[in-house]
Amino acid sequence: MKFTLSWLKDHLDTDADLATILKTLNDIGLEVEDVENPAEKLAAFRIARVLTAERHPQADKLQVLTVDPGDGQPLQVVCGAPNARAGLVGVFGTEGAVVPANGMVLKKTAIRGVESNGMMCSARELELGEDHDGIIELAEDAPVGQVYAAWAGLDDPVIDVSITPNRQDCMGVRGIARDLAAAGLGTLKPLAIPVIEGTGPGPDVRTDDMQGCPAFFARTVRGVTNGQSPEWMARRLKAIGQKPISTLVDITNYLMIDLGRPLHVYDMAALKGGLVARKGRSGEEVLALNGKTYAVDETMTVIADDAAVHDIGGIMGGEHSGATDATTDVLIECAWFTPERIAITGQKLQLTSDARGRFERGVDPAFLDDGLSIATDLVVKLCGGTPSEPTRAGEPPLAPRTLRYDPAQCLALAGVEVAADEQKRILASLGFGVAGDAGAWTITVPTWRRDVDGWPDIVEEVVRIVGLDKVPSTPLPRAPGVARPTATAEQMVERRVRRTAAARGLAEAINWSFLSEKEAASVGGGDWTLANPISEDLKVMRPSLLPGLLSATRRNMDRGAASVRLFELGRRYFAGQKEGSWERATVGFVLAGEKTPRGWQSGKAQPFAAHDAKAEVTALLAAAGAPVANLQNFGEASGAYHPGQSGTLRLGPKTVLAEYGVLHPGLARQFGLTGAVVAGEIFLDAIPAKRRTGFMRAPYAPPALQAVKRDFAFLVPEAMEADTLVRAVRNADKKAIVEARLFDVFAGPGVEQGCKSLAIEVTLQPGEKSFSQEELDAISGAVVKAAEKLGGTLRG
Amino acid sequence: MTEISALKAGLLADIDNADTLDAVEALRVGAMGKNGVVTGLLKTLGSMSPEERLAKGPPIQDLRESVTAALAEKKAALEQAALDARLASERIDMTLPADIGPQGSVHPVSQVMDELAEIFADLGFSVATGPEIEDDWHNFTALNIPETHPARAMHDTFYFPDADDGKKMLLRTHTSPVQIRTMTAAPPPIRIIAPGRVYRSDSDATHTPMFHQIEGLVIDKGITLGHLKWTLETFLKAFFEREDIVLRLRPSYFPFTEPSVEVDVGYTLVNGQRVIGGDGDAPDGGWLEVLGSGMVNRRVIEACGLDPDEWQGFAFGTGVDRLAMLKYGMNDLRAFFDGDLRWLRHYGFSALDVPTLSGGIGA
Repeated sequence: MKFTLSWLKDHLDTDADLATILKTLNDIGLEVEDVENPAEKLAAFRIARVLTAERHPQADKLQVLTVDPGDGQPLQVVCGAPNARAGLVGVFGTEGAVVPANGMVLKKTAIRGVESNGMMCSARELELGEDHDGIIELAEDAPVGQVYAAWAGLDDPVIDVSITPNRQDCMGVRGIARDLAAAGLGTLKPLAIPVIEGTGPGPDVRTDDMQGCPAFFARTVRGVTNGQSPEWMARRLKAIGQKPISTLVDITNYLMIDLGRPLHVYDMAALKGGLVARKGRSGEEVLALNGKTYAVDETMTVIADDAAVHDIGGIMGGEHSGATDATTDVLIECAWFTPERIAITGQKLQLTSDARGRFERGVDPAFLDDGLSIATDLVVKLCGGTPSEPTRAGEPPLAPRTLRYDPAQCLALAGVEVAADEQKRILASLGFGVAGDAGAWTITVPTWRRDVDGWPDIVEEVVRIVGLDKVPSTPLPRAPGVARPTATAEQMVERRVRRTAAARGLAEAINWSFLSEKEAASVGGGDWTLANPISEDLKVMRPSLLPGLLSATRRNMDRGAASVRLFELGRRYFAGQKEGSWERATVGFVLAGEKTPRGWQSGKAQPFAAHDAKAEVTALLAAAGAPVANLQNFGEASGAYHPGQSGTLRLGPKTVLAEYGVLHPGLARQFGLTGAVVAGEIFLDAIPAKRRTGFMRAPYAPPALQAVKRDFAFLVPEAMEADTLVRAVRNADKKAIVEARLFDVFAGPGVEQGCKSLAIEVTLQPGEKSFSQEELDAISGAVVKAAEKLGGTLRG
Repeated sequence: MTEISALKAGLLADIDNADTLDAVEALRVGAMGKNGVVTGLLKTLGSMSPEERLAKGPPIQDLRESVTAALAEKKAALEQAALDARLASERIDMTLPADIGPQGSVHPVSQVMDELAEIFADLGFSVATGPEIEDDWHNFTALNIPETHPARAMHDTFYFPDADDGKKMLLRTHTSPVQIRTMTAAPPPIRIIAPGRVYRSDSDATHTPMFHQIEGLVIDKGITLGHLKWTLETFLKAFFEREDIVLRLRPSYFPFTEPSVEVDVGYTLVNGQRVIGGDGDAPDGGWLEVLGSGMVNRRVIEACGLDPDEWQGFAFGTGVDRLAMLKYGMNDLRAFFDGDLRWLRHYGFSALDVPTLSGGIGA
């Protein structure tokens, strides 16, 4: 909401300087977004008179002027404006002045061989308007030598405040003035309400939609002359960025800013019969003042005549019935629209307007008569004509609203002590009625404060005017002793996994939670698709972390990265069992490009391989507290992976804790990735929570006797999975064998066709005494037997 | 010169002249071996009479000791020389680079969330979570934002298609629904923070459709705006690890708090950069909006089934990404979600940069 300082002072009698006003606005909750004095950038431009104008000797379209800048020392200026002529009084920029429109610094120069000192300016060059056909022409008697901006009344700071959605009253300059007055910055000037001597009956208006438009007041003014607004009004509208259109339109805009009262003026020549506020009908359309056509329906309130819809009630007027230069008879509408209805209609039509912003917050329902009078008075004064009596169709909601309040509640809620008298003064200056005895006040809420409906609102009013800086900082009570741990088990798992991944060389990325439909489909499709995505690329809630990571990988590759190790810790989104969502905490990672770069030690660059993914998955699962030693290797990873080079790790056949492997070449291609890409996902929510067992570890003393290692090599069918054999060996003697580690796989010369050799190092741990040869033989026998049971044979 | 002293001088000279270990060994065998000259002389001692041995013994023993010592010394010297020569020949270029392996990093958002958890743990706040796909009751209605409230227009909400049961599902626009979930889940007193992803349909240099917020909620008896002020001051001082943090509280509006307070923090321009700290009204200072907060609206407390005459408290919310930017100096929010390894390496954190109170929150 923009206004100028002089405009504010129309309503506020104050000696406060600008800085104090700005600070106070912030302090009372009217956040200052910006303040700008247009005169500042025009300080170097003065009123000057053209003394002589001759043709430029070298150029037909240029003239050589002598200009009197007011100091009696005429300057020679080359000028291209067609209207430059002797006697013209305009705006002159001297050497050193900066032209606002283009930032050009004026300096002494030669134009086509003729010296030029400064510039006579156009309106556009000074950002005072669009006119660039010629230089500015001022009145003959404009004081030559004076700073133009000061003379033109432009030395008036423009203040832009952001008004929160609850403050209907501050959507007009007068409301802001009232707030500042309450904060001690002067007094609110009385508002003069003109008395209109109406001639003839009021116009034929009525409301058929008491819910959407409970009150529709109107007057006509016949015999008006529309034209350009008076200078004072046009200047203020321009100062706040509104384009003056015509007096009739400008009056409604001006009053909307000034008093927060939206109005609408209809050209009666464009109306057929009376006006009615009614619900829209499906199929009806209205061409609004913004040039767009809107389809209305029965949830919206419109203003229509016998023939057509003319107005989206409270939001925007129609093009066909707006005031024009030819308008002679007008109908001034001053209505009250229900805020909720305006909000819904505005959202539905995706149409914002200054009127909507005000009706949606609520305009003062007690200000219909006065608002209509002020508007009518201005129309008559500026455009002439004869006003009618008012028509008052319906009634605005005017039931008084009262609240119970105890001034002690200020201390109880805000923690600041404010004397009851001071509270009373503040409330009264804001327009609240205060009655009753100490401790039990009855507060009457002003009609312009729809937002106030409970005692905490009263506390807020008091505190914001007193100043939040007066609220004493009060420590929260602290539990005795050292702070206790607060992280949940899930949070601890996430922290450990995140920092383990980072320690292992992976960089943590944060990718969008949403994917394109195509990306989602490539990993099985998502359960949640947005109805109003910001773009097609960000539409489906991700069922997998891989697409985001693969896109990031691709971007890094495109930037020349040779090696990409990325991980992300976040949620995947699925439909819940019964309702809502099932958001699964997941870690995903992608390893792409070079595992090791070419090096003087390592030789050629090494690509990532499937088991690198397994290494990450296993390490991260261990960090997450999963029982890694008990996990089973399964195949059946999702379609995102190479079917022969991927796997899952499970706790029992059904609980999948992770999947990993070489990315399916089709998916890699879809993301524009070449070369080996391996990836994995760990489903953190599937990992069983560790039971809390206190800090005591199981008792343990390292065995006194050294462990014994024995190597076995078995010939097995090529298709046999190594894990099967290793597990069988490991379990051949559960007591003595503490570890079985596969260390070699070999197929080729010396190994029977269709077979492979698997070599396993078995670690045997003696207990109280060393193994005897018989015991060792027995264990070896058990190992060999276990392998034979699987079809393996011991190699000699 | 006796025969023995002449022999000794000859042998010692030969040993001194020997230049290989083999030569030394040959001399050893010649002197001290089974048939060596010294060995031979030693053997003669056995057949001597005691008087004779007394006279001839010491020179022979001296010969033996001298030759043995000379041999050992020479051998050690030659071995040392051989080792020196070998080591000299084994010189490699130690300026060649060594591969320290890949360097990973923790994302600034995660790091800052850990920092916040650490600070608030000390103030007695635990960490709560909630779904990102929310229903409109938790995201709006329970927070006193009815269907037509203009505040709903403040949030550019991502919606899902209407469900059969009429429940409107959406992506949470703030972490505030976790307030509702916490208050409805367990009785007060409550002190929680709730960090997480939130979504708004917005995109430019300072807005992304997804970003991170952290919510704070205290519900107890006798909690006032003064406690809120202290908590925010204490938290921001701890987060930025500066004592000169100055806050400016401005009255504002959020439907779920009453009164509502927006919080600016003062910064100082240092070499053209905004550094948090100092009075924002100082000549080289300014204010940055960092937090929205207020006393929890009675309607919100009621919507959660609690008695607002008994329980009262405050809530606050702030952008985690923004806090990270203010503390660590990034200036483009979009880069947070781009996964550029160069950016992650530069702005990310080491795995061992775990925020602790003893070691400092920031890294």
